[in-house]
Amino acid sequence: MTGPAPVGGRIWNRFTIALAALIGLAIVVLGARFYYGLGAVTNLNDGYPWGLWIAFDVVVGSALGAGGFTVAFMTYILNRGEYHRIIRPALVAALFGYVQATLAVIIDVGRYWDVWHVIVPRYAQVNSVLFEVAVCIMSYTIVLFIEFTPVVLEKLGWTGAKRRLEKVLFFFIAIGVVLPTMHQSSLGTVLVVFGPQVDPIYQTNLLPILFLVSCIGMGLATVVVEGTVSALALARPFERELLGKLMRIGQILAATFLVARFVDLGIRGALPLLFTARAPAVMFWIETALFLTPVLLLGTAASRRDPQRLFVSALTMALGGIVYRLSAYLVAYDTGTGWTYFPSMGEIVVTIGLVAAEILAFIVVIKLLPVLPPARGAEHG
Amino acid sequence: MLTRRTLLKVVAGGAGAAAATSVAGTAHARGNHGMPEKALGLLYDGTLCIGCRACISACKSANDMPAEHTALAIGDYWDAPLDISGKTLNVIKCWKSGTGTHKDQVENGFAFTKVSCMHCADPSCVSACPVSAMTKDPTTGIVKYNIEPCIGCRYCVAACPFGVPRFTFDQAFPKISKCQLCQHRFGEGKYAACAEVCPTGATLYGPVADLKAEVARRRSLAPGTRTTFPRGRVGGTDSYTGTVGKYVDHVYGEREIGGTQVMHLSGVPFALLDKPRLPDVAPASVSESIQHAIYYGLLAPFGFLAALSLLAWRSIRRETPPGGEP
Repeated sequence: MTGPAPVGGRIWNRFTIALAALIGLAIVVLGARFYYGLGAVTNLNDGYPWGLWIAFDVVVGSALGAGGFTVAFMTYILNRGEYHRIIRPALVAALFGYVQATLAVIIDVGRYWDVWHVIVPRYAQVNSVLFEVAVCIMSYTIVLFIEFTPVVLEKLGWTGAKRRLEKVLFFFIAIGVVLPTMHQSSLGTVLVVFGPQVDPIYQTNLLPILFLVSCIGMGLATVVVEGTVSALALARPFERELLGKLMRIGQILAATFLVARFVDLGIRGALPLLFTARAPAVMFWIETALFLTPVLLLGTAASRRDPQRLFVSALTMALGGIVYRLSAYLVAYDTGTGWTYFPSMGEIVVTIGLVAAEILAFIVVIKLLPVLPPARGAEHG
Repeated sequence: MLTRRTLLKVVAGGAGAAAATSVAGTAHARGNHGMPEKALGLLYDGTLCIGCRACISACKSANDMPAEHTALAIGDYWDAPLDISGKTLNVIKCWKSGTGTHKDQVENGFAFTKVSCMHCADPSCVSACPVSAMTKDPTTGIVKYNIEPCIGCRYCVAACPFGVPRFTFDQAFPKISKCQLCQHRFGEGKYAACAEVCPTGATLYGPVADLKAEVARRRSLAPGTRTTFPRGRVGGTDSYTGTVGKYVDHVYGEREIGGTQVMHLSGVPFALLDKPRLPDVAPASVSESIQHAIYYGLLAPFGFLAALSLLAWRSIRRETPPGGEP
């Protein structure tokens, strides 16, 4: 079996030019944000001090990148060599997901020029959940770059350096699993200190576990979506077996998430709240339907080999995690009467620009660097 | 011999145990923090307040806060803020029902309330802040903001259940603003400006222990009888004789999220005054208990890391034949 290879081909086409245009638009809005302040371009206010940029770009964006650590765990910790073929695309997706999250943090914090204060020991506030999240995300982004370095060294043909790095890579792979399990669960714990400001449907001490379980599902789903889209767009083989196995795990995670959630609501006596006509209850049922889709669609072994079922399951799984995060951070949050929030045009343009940058970077990297597994001819028609 | 299977079991068991402890009984393990013995605070008695707003103006000048423009139904006003904000640390709000003619009456009545930092015994903002910009003074218990470390993440704004820390969204170089009980004036022998200027003693400054005694005294008196009210600071020389209010049976701030150093008395239920109903347990204690259960001494993360490193090392070693590509 040959190793991964660059896809090659021209970088600029109509799609990538459109992505660049979206990035340009975001840069214009960001100019206004940095010159006039957050209030000039966002709908953020003292009742909703966190908006789309935190809830989507940071919380959702990093969770969609969870495929990186999950596939690394299966490949290297569980020693399932079969996943080796998809480790690189998963790592690249994770890398850009985390770079996007980091950029969003810098854009969102008011005093961005001082953002490095989180790593100054005399300022460290170890009881703060956000401290843990910030330090962890920062470290993991660096680890992702290190995990990705062999790909670059391979392209450059520096085999000696690559071999030396690979000798210690086991440690970075291990820390690259530990760090995301820490901060992805903590992204749930972040909400605990909000106490009764978060609706009881969402406010629970189980938040770290619900966020961890759902992020692994989201990460796997992203790998499957990305694998399907690459197969279609680049006329490459569809990794039916492998993606089917990933979604089998995803399906189990979705079921675990749903059971944990209902049991938790039951224990806290919050089940009746699900049948009230309020936004958090509506969001709950939307999420439940989305998480239930992979559980129901992938019931049989044959269904887990069906590309369409796999794709729909992956999409609904990722979407379930996205809606769950946006609900917990924004819809279920209510700090008192009189406050409202809906993202402004400027916030949406910046978020679209960041996602466009992530997709563009992914395309450039797979075209130039050996990331995707090579086409395997007739093996999978 | 240590096999992969046993190691995985240990790892899974450890992670599961950490998760279980965080969720189960330990969720409030650390308990609420108490307030310091010599904690300082305010007592706001809505029944004494006449809504003159002298405290708003005094607060602005004592803290160098900018004037602001408010568009009201009766015309445009300078310095008549309706709520606290990045420009205003303290306001008096008026609640009204029906004809709004009787003070401290639920029907056809009106009542005043104060909005400013409650100086919690166990503040959510302090627990939330990642860079120690929000701190609780170990002696006075004042919840202080230090701009120097602040990164402007606004976790404190989101965390406070009273909606107190505010952020200057309209500035390119923004900051957090909140009442710090005029601690910068203590050196001059002065104290909270809002209490200093209050003509009726509705806002009273002093040690929390003394303020609590004053609360107990007022609540023990028969409504409508005459009594002496301290003015400015409790235990000071200034006082006057007034009428005891008809208080609702609730001292706001006595138990809310573990107690606050600012307490409120009112003639109408606090729910009408938009004061949030809060549990006795401090959300900070729940959050920190979960964090400490998972990250105690960083034992679990480092154990996890050691186990995973070993497994990853074995996988990679097995996979890479000498001189071969992985």
